[in-house]
Amino acid sequence: MIPEFEKFKRFKAKNLPKEELLAPGHRACQGCGEVLALRMAIKALGPNVIVCMATGCMEIITTPYPQTAWKVPWIHIAFENPASVASGIESALKVLRRKGKVPKRHIDIVAIGGDGATSDIGLGWISGAFERGHDFTYICLDNEAYMNTGVQRSSCTPYGAMTTTSPPGEKSFGQVTWKKNVPGIAVAHNIPYVATASPAYFLDLMNKVKKAALVKGPAYVHIYSPCPTGWGSAPERSIELARLVVETRVFPLYEVIEGRYIMSRKITKPKPVQEYLKGQRRFRHLDEEHIAHIQQRVNADYEKLVRLSEMT
Amino acid sequence: MADTDAIVGWKTITFGCHVMEPGSSARFRTGDWRSQRPVIDREKCIKCGMCWIYCPDMAYTQTEDGFFEVNMEYCKGCGICAHECPKDAITIVPEEG
Amino acid sequence: MIMAKRVGIEVSIALAEAVKLANVDVIPAYPITPQTHIVEHLSEVVANGEVDAEFVPVESEHAAMSCCCGSSAAGARTFTSTSSQGLLLMSEILFIPGPMRLPIVMAVANRALSAPISIWNDHQDIMSQRDIGWIQTFAENGQEAFDLTLHAFRVAEDRRVSLPVIVNIDGFTLSHVVEAVELLSQEEVDQYLPPFKPRYRLDPRKPITMGPVGIPEVYSEAKVAHNEALKASRRVILQGWKEFADLFGRQYNPIETYRSEDAEVLLITMGSISETAMTAVDTMRDKGQKAGLARIRLWRPFPGPEFRKAAGKAKILAVVDRCLPPGAICGPVGAELRSLFYKVPGAPKIFNFIAGLGGRDVTVERFEEMVDKSMVFARKRPKELYEVIGVREK
Repeated sequence: MIPEFEKFKRFKAKNLPKEELLAPGHRACQGCGEVLALRMAIKALGPNVIVCMATGCMEIITTPYPQTAWKVPWIHIAFENPASVASGIESALKVLRRKGKVPKRHIDIVAIGGDGATSDIGLGWISGAFERGHDFTYICLDNEAYMNTGVQRSSCTPYGAMTTTSPPGEKSFGQVTWKKNVPGIAVAHNIPYVATASPAYFLDLMNKVKKAALVKGPAYVHIYSPCPTGWGSAPERSIELARLVVETRVFPLYEVIEGRYIMSRKITKPKPVQEYLKGQRRFRHLDEEHIAHIQQRVNADYEKLVRLSEMT
Repeated sequence: MADTDAIVGWKTITFGCHVMEPGSSARFRTGDWRSQRPVIDREKCIKCGMCWIYCPDMAYTQTEDGFFEVNMEYCKGCGICAHECPKDAITIVPEEG
Repeated sequence: MIMAKRVGIEVSIALAEAVKLANVDVIPAYPITPQTHIVEHLSEVVANGEVDAEFVPVESEHAAMSCCCGSSAAGARTFTSTSSQGLLLMSEILFIPGPMRLPIVMAVANRALSAPISIWNDHQDIMSQRDIGWIQTFAENGQEAFDLTLHAFRVAEDRRVSLPVIVNIDGFTLSHVVEAVELLSQEEVDQYLPPFKPRYRLDPRKPITMGPVGIPEVYSEAKVAHNEALKASRRVILQGWKEFADLFGRQYNPIETYRSEDAEVLLITMGSISETAMTAVDTMRDKGQKAGLARIRLWRPFPGPEFRKAAGKAKILAVVDRCLPPGAICGPVGAELRSLFYKVPGAPKIFNFIAGLGGRDVTVERFEEMVDKSMVFARKRPKELYEVIGVREK
């Protein structure tokens, strides 16, 4: 049982904080689902936070010198290491408080990276920070490829997706591997809180981010982030896709609290994956066989998740 | 991304190249990017706030009477608000000119 | 007041003791031979409560330096240490705290680079990181390892500087030897080293953005600003040494000379081989040869005026490099000094020797060999611009 969750007052449509801690004028593409997810997350966290960010879309679009969209303290060092930077900040504040050099007040420390930063280049760094048990939150904003550098594949790119380094051709059908289960890796580190979220379900997202910040120790939130530019989808459909991905069971929403799996939304009557895949140019080349394979695997993974929620 | 504010010298550039002014991106009018804009029909609007919460550019603010209005300085015309509005109260029209 | 005590101590431990006495706040560290004794001792003193600090056992050197950046940005006195492959692994991050003005202090126990893998001493590691934009000093003996570490914090955190500092000690040949070192007392160190008061820190009460995108309109200015700050730090480096001398009686200088006033040939060295070089100078002098020595203590920012003064009227400089940059015209110190004296009227002839790679001893005889060769080269220009000393052909 996590004591902080007992007192936790959930966000509701009526009590959403109005304050925007991310300023407009940032350089995100039209319809960017990732900056929207980021906005929601920061809204949930509030101003008493220090953000460490990885190189990537969000870092680039929010901080073109001499401007910044950030209204909270923010630091960017490099690509793979926001978790290590967060570890340093957390350790520093711990000591400085003990030595009476800063006020005793707790400050939430949040490390944010894209799927490339999290799942590929930065995985070891995150693992280390989780293992050491620092009191911080890691948020992965997953737009399913290295978008900032021009849509190259990452280990979070979904099966069959077209990217510039997994292009479909005579000899290949796109991304040949299945999306890496990063939340599962986080769970394997026995950290107290892991969750998945989608900006279409903003209350769910904000509550999860807040809970992640409240919990003592490391927490991980994996947020699905639509990218119209990289996916070849219509900008206005970003939230629709963020909803379909859940309704088709492709990206299930759940929490893992002290090792116990809890489904946030049981999708008992799933829509067929085809409904999610269509309208995204990155999947347009897939034939029926591939789509059937995706459907099968999505179902299997979902069943596994349900079983885990029943077992733990 | 060029900004004339960035024309500083090495003697006057900020310490560590830090940006000291929070939220200064608000000086950049992303509304100039727009080729289409949202038009709100207040008759249909139920003040649910979906347009406000789903705007990636924080372009919506709530007025005193509870309706939501768009700040055209920042709206990029992505169309999410119109697409998500449960009452179809928002229409996307082309930018004139 | 509790006074300093002179003890026989392994140099790594002495250096770690300096970090402890500096009341360090955060130590992110990853072990690598021959740095290990430094971080092990720090780990121990933290565990025993001898210093109130966080020892962060990170999962790699890259994570160590990343963690240092976060810690320093949050306003904590930060220290780490590494060698060789570890220094290379953190290299991506090493270029960052300089321009971001984060005053991290690091001790590097100099070690050769793979391949082939070697745990023994030379200067390849630090020479491969010449351009990281840190202040860099070289210690010759245990006392210097201790003193320069305290000086490093004093200078790094000075509000006029706010730059990271590396103190170099030769791996094994200095780090692992037991020497007589005067360890200052806590009271004495507190007199010398004020608490860290950062100019800027990450704080929700005053939110700033650190590490934005350096668009072309501003990047050059940012780089020049950093370089100018590094060059300007020389003043504070010297002040820091003067304050140290005034308090503790040991005066350090950017370039140290030994029997150089009337020398015809000056050996130029960095690090612990300088002490062997001094013995070699004595040996040569006994034989009637007018040899002398100038040792570089401050490597970055390079103290041009001080070096020219130290070189004095010497006609020949025998520059000893401890790394062999493949395909280069000559070694890094050789190149630096040749540039310094290029087209300067009355400049000495400069000859460059590469010695002591991967733990190979640089003996008194080798120094004599270098001086003798320099005398020959002065009469007949050598074909190559450097010579590797002490390497078997067959």
